[in-house]
Amino acid sequence: MPDVAFKVGQRVRVLDRNIPGHVRTPHYVRGHSGTVERLCGTFPNPEELSKMRDGLPAQPLYRVRFRQRDVWPDYAGPAVDVIEVEIYQHWLEAA
Amino acid sequence: MKEDEGKYRPLSYFQLMEVTLRELLVEKGVLTGEQIEAEVENMRSRTPERGGIVVARAWTDAAFKKRLLENGTKSCEELGLDLPALKLVVVENTPQVHNAIVCTLCSCYPRMLLGIPPDWYKSRNYRSRMVREPRAVLAEFGLHIDNDTQIRVHDSTADMRYLVLPMRPEGTAGWSEERLAALVTRDSMIGVALPESPGKTA
Repeated sequence: MPDVAFKVGQRVRVLDRNIPGHVRTPHYVRGHSGTVERLCGTFPNPEELSKMRDGLPAQPLYRVRFRQRDVWPDYAGPAVDVIEVEIYQHWLEAA
Repeated sequence: MKEDEGKYRPLSYFQLMEVTLRELLVEKGVLTGEQIEAEVENMRSRTPERGGIVVARAWTDAAFKKRLLENGTKSCEELGLDLPALKLVVVENTPQVHNAIVCTLCSCYPRMLLGIPPDWYKSRNYRSRMVREPRAVLAEFGLHIDNDTQIRVHDSTADMRYLVLPMRPEGTAGWSEERLAALVTRDSMIGVALPESPGKTA
């Protein structure tokens, strides 16, 4: 299992890449930075599971909190609004 | 009786696919018809009342609430609610924070606690707009959130499922768990509404 690389409160950036297949990282957060809200645990990689493989090593899964105004430049609501998304570690880098 | 009841209508594409797959599974001996019936019954038996039990307990028992927010699945099991394979994260509404749940990639939903999701939850409209303009979407549900209150949208993209713990309505001091649970609507646990106000059910 890969080591847990990020701590709660740490700034992380979602990798901006396109790979085909069953990917659970929404396009709208790719390339954006947010803050680790919690570690959810480790889970088999769904990109591998979808190809009938075992998905191992299991990937740490984080909840990452983004400011809405960072994600949507034209966001109409107040600056306090946030969105939280689950992201697997292999989609994150330190920001 | 509705006019078209009992009349023949051709199966839709997805109905046909479901029937074909079901019949094949039975024919090949993978499942029996009885097993399929039992699972369908099981799914029908899960309703938002299960979620209401959890919320009402959290409103009346501070220690339970603390455990629920730390580990949703384990705390529900304490109440005798079996949640196979559900990794539950409970998010608490406060005067400062309003939570709402969506699944942009498909339609992930805490079925073990809320039953079968409403059609709008699975619609492209809700899924695409809830992340981008949550305040406008909530307003369409009749819910206006103050600009000082943070809206925290949870996109259940992977292995966790979410349940909103709404704020306990005022005017319910001393109420029993059972009475409180009746105020907890499905929509209030998705975060697109508030619980019923106590006057309505009195």
